[in-house]
This record gives sequence, C-alpha cells and structure tokens, in this order.
Amino acid sequence: MKLQISFPTIIGFRLPDIIVAIFLAGFIGLIFFLGSQWKGDLSSVAEISLEYKYLPLYVVQSISRIFIAYVFSLIFSITYGYLARRNKITQAVLISLLDVLQSIPVLSFLPGVLLAMISLFPDKRIGVELASIILIFTGQVWNMAFSYYNSISTIPKEIEEVAKINRFSKFYKFLKVDLPASSIGLVWNSMMSVAGGWFFLMACEMFIVKGKDFRLPGIGSFIQLSANNGDIKRVLVGLLVMILIIVLLDLLIWKPLVAWSQKFRIDTLVAEDEKESIILDIFRASKIMERLAERIDNFADNLNLTLSKRSRDEGRKKKGVISYLFYFVFSVLTVYFFVKGVLFFIKFFSEIKGDDIFYLLKAGFLSFLRTTSAIIIASLWTIPLGVVIGMKPKVAKILQPVIQIAASVPATALFPIIIYFLIKIGGGLGFGSIFLMLLGTQWYILFNVIAGASAIPQDLRDTAKLYNITGWRKWKVLILPAIFPYLVTGLITATGGAWNASIVSEYVVFGGEVQKTIGLGSLISESSALGNYPILLASTILMSIIVVSLNRLVWKRLFTLAEEKFRLDQ
Amino acid sequence: MKDTILEVKNLSKAYPMRKGSFLTVLEDINLTVKEGDFLSILGPSGAGKSTLLRILAGLIEPTSGEILYFNKSFFSANPKISMVFQNFALFPWLTVLENVEVGLKALGVIGESAREKAIKVIDLVGLDGFEDAYPRELSGGMKQRVGIARALAVEPDILFMDEPFSALDILTADNLRSELSRLWLEGKLPIKSVIFVTHNIEEAVFLSDRAIILSHNPATIRAEIYINIPRIRNKNSKEFKFLVDDIYTVLTKPKKDVPFMLRKERYQFLPHAKVGAIAGLIELAHSKEEAIDISDLTSDLGLEVDDLFPLIEASVFLGFAEVKEGEIRLTEEGKKFSRSDVLEKKVLFRDMALKNIQLIKQIYQVLSTTEKKRMSEDFFIEILENHFTKDEAWNQLEIAIDWGRYAELFAYDYDTGEFYIEDVQS
Repeated sequence: MKLQISFPTIIGFRLPDIIVAIFLAGFIGLIFFLGSQWKGDLSSVAEISLEYKYLPLYVVQSISRIFIAYVFSLIFSITYGYLARRNKITQAVLISLLDVLQSIPVLSFLPGVLLAMISLFPDKRIGVELASIILIFTGQVWNMAFSYYNSISTIPKEIEEVAKINRFSKFYKFLKVDLPASSIGLVWNSMMSVAGGWFFLMACEMFIVKGKDFRLPGIGSFIQLSANNGDIKRVLVGLLVMILIIVLLDLLIWKPLVAWSQKFRIDTLVAEDEKESIILDIFRASKIMERLAERIDNFADNLNLTLSKRSRDEGRKKKGVISYLFYFVFSVLTVYFFVKGVLFFIKFFSEIKGDDIFYLLKAGFLSFLRTTSAIIIASLWTIPLGVVIGMKPKVAKILQPVIQIAASVPATALFPIIIYFLIKIGGGLGFGSIFLMLLGTQWYILFNVIAGASAIPQDLRDTAKLYNITGWRKWKVLILPAIFPYLVTGLITATGGAWNASIVSEYVVFGGEVQKTIGLGSLISESSALGNYPILLASTILMSIIVVSLNRLVWKRLFTLAEEKFRLDQ
Repeated sequence: MKDTILEVKNLSKAYPMRKGSFLTVLEDINLTVKEGDFLSILGPSGAGKSTLLRILAGLIEPTSGEILYFNKSFFSANPKISMVFQNFALFPWLTVLENVEVGLKALGVIGESAREKAIKVIDLVGLDGFEDAYPRELSGGMKQRVGIARALAVEPDILFMDEPFSALDILTADNLRSELSRLWLEGKLPIKSVIFVTHNIEEAVFLSDRAIILSHNPATIRAEIYINIPRIRNKNSKEFKFLVDDIYTVLTKPKKDVPFMLRKERYQFLPHAKVGAIAGLIELAHSKEEAIDISDLTSDLGLEVDDLFPLIEASVFLGFAEVKEGEIRLTEEGKKFSRSDVLEKKVLFRDMALKNIQLIKQIYQVLSTTEKKRMSEDFFIEILENHFTKDEAWNQLEIAIDWGRYAELFAYDYDTGEFYIEDVQS
C-alpha cells in the first residue's frame, strides 16, 4: 500500500505546485544563463579563476554539459535502435559497429572533434563547448544505445501484435509501446552513463591538443587546474563539492526516476520491494504536473491523428520510393566514408615506422598486464566482501549506502590526491596506474557480486547447511556457480572500464609536471597532447582491437556458458 | 442472405528450410465467415491453429492462397478487426481505461468520445470501478476482461480470440465463457463475428456455431462440425456430450487411418511426452477395463486434450497401445510393460523404441558404428533440421534424449553436447 502524504498549502497554492513551479522557472533561467555564457569569445575563458565564489557557477555549467550530452545520447540511442531494427543487414552492421565504437577510448575522439568544432566556430567559445559536449556524449551513448535496442527487441510478441492489429502509426507505437517498454533499461543506463560523464569530466573540460591549451569553466577544470598547481586543498574542496552534487542528483533525479520507471515493468506481478521517493510523490501530487502531463498526452494523440492521416493519404507506393531513397543515400554515404577512411589510413600509416610498431606492441602488452592486474586485485577483495554483503541482508543494509556513495565518486577526481601521495612516497606511475584503474572499475564487480549473492535461493542455502557443506566446498559447489553469471557481467564492464581508465591513469598532470609510464593509454594521451596523429590513430586502433578481441574471445564465451549452465531459474 | 465477411481460398503456409526445401505448416485451407458466425478452430497444440489465426488477422503473410474481406483483397481493405490474446497482452504501464482507449486512439478516436466508448465497453464486461487500476493489480480473469474490452472497443467486424481462457483457472474460465455466451446470445457485443481458436473441445462446443477441426503436420481442415444446440448450452445434456464425443473421435482417428510415421518421405514426429508420463498412462490404462473412452480419461484426470494427446500418441508410436473410435486399448506389449518390474520395463521399452522410433534407431546405429561410440548433437540436429523448424528439431532431440536415456540405449553429455554409448566393461 502506498502512504498517502498530505501537503500543506500556502496562500491558496499547494506546496507541491510551488516546488514544481520553482523547478520549471529554474530550468528556463538556466537556458538563458548558458546562452549568455557560450556566445562569448574563446579568449574570455583562457584563464579560469580558482576563487571559491565561482564554484556554484562552475557546477551549473558542468551539469549542463553532462545534461546536454545526455539528451543527445538519448536521441541518438533511439534513432540507432530503429535503424538497427529496420532489417537484417542494418542490424548486423549497426550492432557490430556499436560493439567496436564502444571499445574506442573516449579521448581518442578528442583531437578530431575539437579541430572540427574550431573550424566550424573559429575562436568562439561555443566551438570548444560543443567539442566538450561531444566528448562527454561519446562516453555516455553506447550503453544507452545497446539498452534501447535490446529493450525494443525483447518486447513480448503479443504486445507487438496488439500494435500491429490496431494499426498503430510508427509514432504512436513509439509513444505507447517502445518508449515505455525500454524506460527501465534506459533509466538504469542513464545513471551509468551520467556517472561515466562525471568520470571523464576533468578530461573533457580541460585538454591540451597539439600543445595548445583549451579550458572551460567547470567543476572538472577547477579540480584539474588546482591539481596542476599542486594545490591539494582546492582539489579536496572541489572533490567534496562534486560528491555533494552527485549525491544530490541521486536524491533529486535518479531515485525518483527509478521509482517512477517501476511503472513500466513488463512482468505484471506486484514487486516485493516497491521503490519509493518523496520527490516523486511531490511531482505526482502537483496539479501543474498533472495538467502538463494531460496536455502532452492530448498533444500526442492529436499529432498521431494528423500523422496517421497523412501516411494514409500518401499510400503505399510513395513509401517504397522513400525507403529506396534511404538505401541509396545510405549506400552512397557508406561507400564514401569507406573510401575516405581507407585513404586516410594509408596516409597516416605510411608515417609509422617499424620502431613505432614495436613500441606500440610493447605498450599494449604493458597496459594489458596493468588492466588484468587491476581486475584480479579488484576481484580478490570484492568477491568475498560482495558475497558476505549479499548473503547477509543485515550487513547489506548498513554497508549499502556507504558503498554507494564511495562508488559514486568519480575515480578521476581522486587521482590528483593519490598522485600527490604517490609522489610523496616516491612511487612511479608504472604500478600507481594499476591502483588508479582499480579505483574506477572495482565497483562494477562488487555491485554485481552483491546482486548475485543475494539472489542465491534460500532452499539451496538450506541444503548446504543441512549437508554440512562449509568452507571452500561451499564456495565451490554453491557460491561461485551461483554468482558466476553476475560476476561475468561485472568483469566485462570492469575490463572495458579499466582500458578506458588507462588513458587517464597512465598519463597524469600534477603540480605542473607530467607523470607518465609506458602504456597504450599514456600513448593515446601523449600523442593527442602533442598532435602526433598517426601514433594516436594507431594506438587507438590497437586498443580497440584488444578490447573487442577480449570481448569476443573471452567474455562472450563465458557469458554464454553463464547463461546456459549457471542459470538459477530452471 | 447474410453478408460474407471473410473468405479464405486455398490458403497455405510454408516456411523455407535449408537446402531450398520447405516445411509446410498449413495446407489448402478453405473457409467462410458470415455475419453472425461464431467459428471455432480446433486442433492439437502445434497443429498451426495460431498460425492460421494470425494469417487471417493479417499478422503473418500466407505463402499462397487468397483472403477476401467483404469481397475485396484483405490487405488493401483496411479491415476492422481486433484480437484477444492468450496471455492478455495488456500494456502494463497503462491503466484499465488507458488500455481500452489505446486501440481507439490509434484509430483516430480521441478525447471525450474515446473515453465514452471505452467506459461503455468496460461496463459491458463488468469492470465497472476498475478504470484506474493497473493490470498488475488485477487477477487473471479481470485481466482478460480488459483484453476483451479493448478488443470490443473498436467495434470490429471480426473478433479474433486466441485461446483466450486457457491461461485461467477452470472456474474463472467457465464463468467468462458463460458471460461471453450470454452477451453473444443477447446481441450486446458490438461485433459481427468471432473466430475462436482453442484446443479445448468442450469450450468449442459450448461457445460456437461451427467448429473446424485441424489435422496435424501439416494442418489441413479435417472436418467441419455444425453445432445446433440452443444457447446457453448445458454441458451435461445428452446432445452436448454426444457432440463432444463425436469430435473426440474425429480428432483421435489417425489421418487417412494410416499413422503418418509409416508414410514415406515424412520424418516421424515424436510427440512431446516424457517417459515417466507415458509409463503412467500405460499403468492407468492397465488398471481399467479393456478399452477406455478418451473423453472419460480427460475428465477423470482433469487433463486437457492437449496434455493427454502426446501421451496417447507416444504409446501408440511405441506400440504399447492402439486407438480406435475414441477409445484407447493396450497391446500385448503394453500389458506386459505394465506388469513388469523396473529393469524389465527398461528392456521392453528399449526393444520397442529401437523397433518403432526412427530417430532413436538412427542415433543408436550411428553411435554403434562410429569407432569412439561418440557423436556430437550437431550431427543429429542437422538431420532433423531438414524436416523440422529449428526449435522443433531441438525439441525432437530432447525427447529422443529422454527416451534413449531411460532405455539405456545411449547417454548424453550436456556440457560437451555429445551422445555416447556407455562402455559396459569399465
């Protein structure tokens, strides 16, 4: 049962309405603020003030960048999902393309994107802003696209048939079937994506390309700049503000969204643990929201009416022409980009020498050792802890919030502090970067292990107890097989994360000095900063190849094994 | 003369298989639906009832044949149809009212008029007061009422119903059937005709004016039975029982009186039955008199035809039983089987399976002739996929594994996906 909350009224307005009105007004104000900021010249932001009083403004701008990138990701994901569902050919091409794209490290996109944007908006700040947003976008979008595609591919057949038999127009089907059916997956992936946005924020707000320094005011650049100055106090303050914002966003946006998205569960059973959120209750109780939702609903109905009328008038023949045109344009573009790409590669690779190739391979091997060590170390502590937490609800209740906050801190923001101590004790980045990778990836494993351990059925645990199966044998026959599918999921994400993190952890600027070690990640960062594009391209391709092959050769197989043999719901 | 709504001529459906061959699911189907018709399509599961229904509803395209809707080609006609689904197919994120409105809105009926129409049908199906409930708050019976309301709201010429009551418990299903029958009798439903798919013979006789009985593999129309009993029908009346028995006889009579296992070129289709259940049926048959009426058996066991059919078919295939005129009778081997102890049973089953079951014989022969006495499942799947769909090929192999393991003819290693003959010496 839902708890009914009664809200007080203030001079005739109910509290929820006031809160919602403030939200809306704030949102409109934000758009004006950003507009006024972005239209300026690049030179206006060449120096970023480190005074504390600017922090709120920085925070607002950082969040806006992440938010705009997120909206683009959403639009992209939906479009991509539909293109992939068009037919078998586009499906095969686009889904494997997505697989490759998501393995390309975010920062490899940096020089290309930045140069394109600067040539579009010479010396204007908006160019660099857009470059930053596109970078954040490339870090957020892939898992969302996968999630949307998966959701619309797994809609129950009968629901699809309802839409078909009632002749839903495409727009109406999107609104009433596809979007609701994918919203749970999208909300979870949005959380992950935005967390990824925070992770790369520092690298996306301040970067050096071809020796030229670009910086944008934001909380990420505040921390980065303080670190460059060796100002550990400001780094800490920036970090605290960032954590505070992340916790607030979780409370104000994600918790309500997750609770709201429960409405869209496909299974029609009542969930045991209803997710709740006060903010959601406020929004639900608000009359403004209610009217707004009604308006949107009516608008959608009317829009659908005109759209379906038009499509009926157009008839069938025209549709054939349009799709024919689509394929024509699609193939022409494909051929064009393919030829362009080949020429581009030939030009770049002719500049790479034999020594370079040897160095690249060596760097790749070292990075492989580092990411693997990071994963192993992470597993060593997260698996036992995760199992203990997952199997003991009482412990879970106490530790869960602590872990969640710890996990929500973007590891990159912690880097300067760790580097500070590393330098103090005289350690190098060779091993230090393993520790940095660990920071970014261990949580994926931990959370999945907790989920797996808490899903072990009680009757299996009772059986283990009854037959006195304890110690290592219990791990072997019960725990490890039971958590295996979850563990594999966690490891897949963690491996990808570790490779991506290698770029920011093998090459770090602190106190005005570059700290680096040999590795593929540091090669990417360095060649990007120096403008050595052939090496940047080669190392990016090498890293993508390694990540994709690891996925195909190791993880996909383990995943299939997990799905077939170690499923608990038989 | 009543208007003809739907006319189906020489309809066939075949799925392409490997090597350019085709798997025929539906063959030469002809039928007519007129205004005021309540037509049932009856047949065992897997016969292609749902496929036929979906072709008629325009969800699947037929391979050949013609579908006419008011004498026009079905696809250009923009037919007014709707469907009630076995598993309700409600949108979990919409309330009852919104679920019912959704079909109307897609047709362009919006705002107040959509609401009015929706509320009218919600009242009609007895869901008054549940307008704002979400499907997950409702029981199965209530959910199906929503499904029916949604289908009625668009006032279709044909209402398609795909086993609408088979996911419900017996009492709820009975209740809904009676209500549907009453509403139909009183002419309160805003529809012109119904096409109702079911495997439940009593349900078909209770509801419809006419039943089409489909055969199996591929489905053809085997019989068309008219049901001229006044509504609301009494299940215990003599004429009702007589008709039900009639249909049972048609359904259980082997096609052309020849078991299709013996016909050339067609691969034997193993019924989906586990050894334990087959043995159970044989024991049960043995404990009764000489011959048992199959319709009695279904009511005694509380089983649906669908559950019982594969068991009967399997016993017949194995040579443990015979079916004649709606009665099942054990053969000598069947009687011997039920008298034997566990080990003797296995030996007998092994002999009968090797003699009568094509797939088991094939697997055994392949395994005994290979040197290692091992063979990958892929080998057999490839053979089966020439005759069945991919899913069915795996089903067939799984049944063969179950039977072969029981008979101790061969073993199967799940992890490696290999069949092998166990070495007795070791």
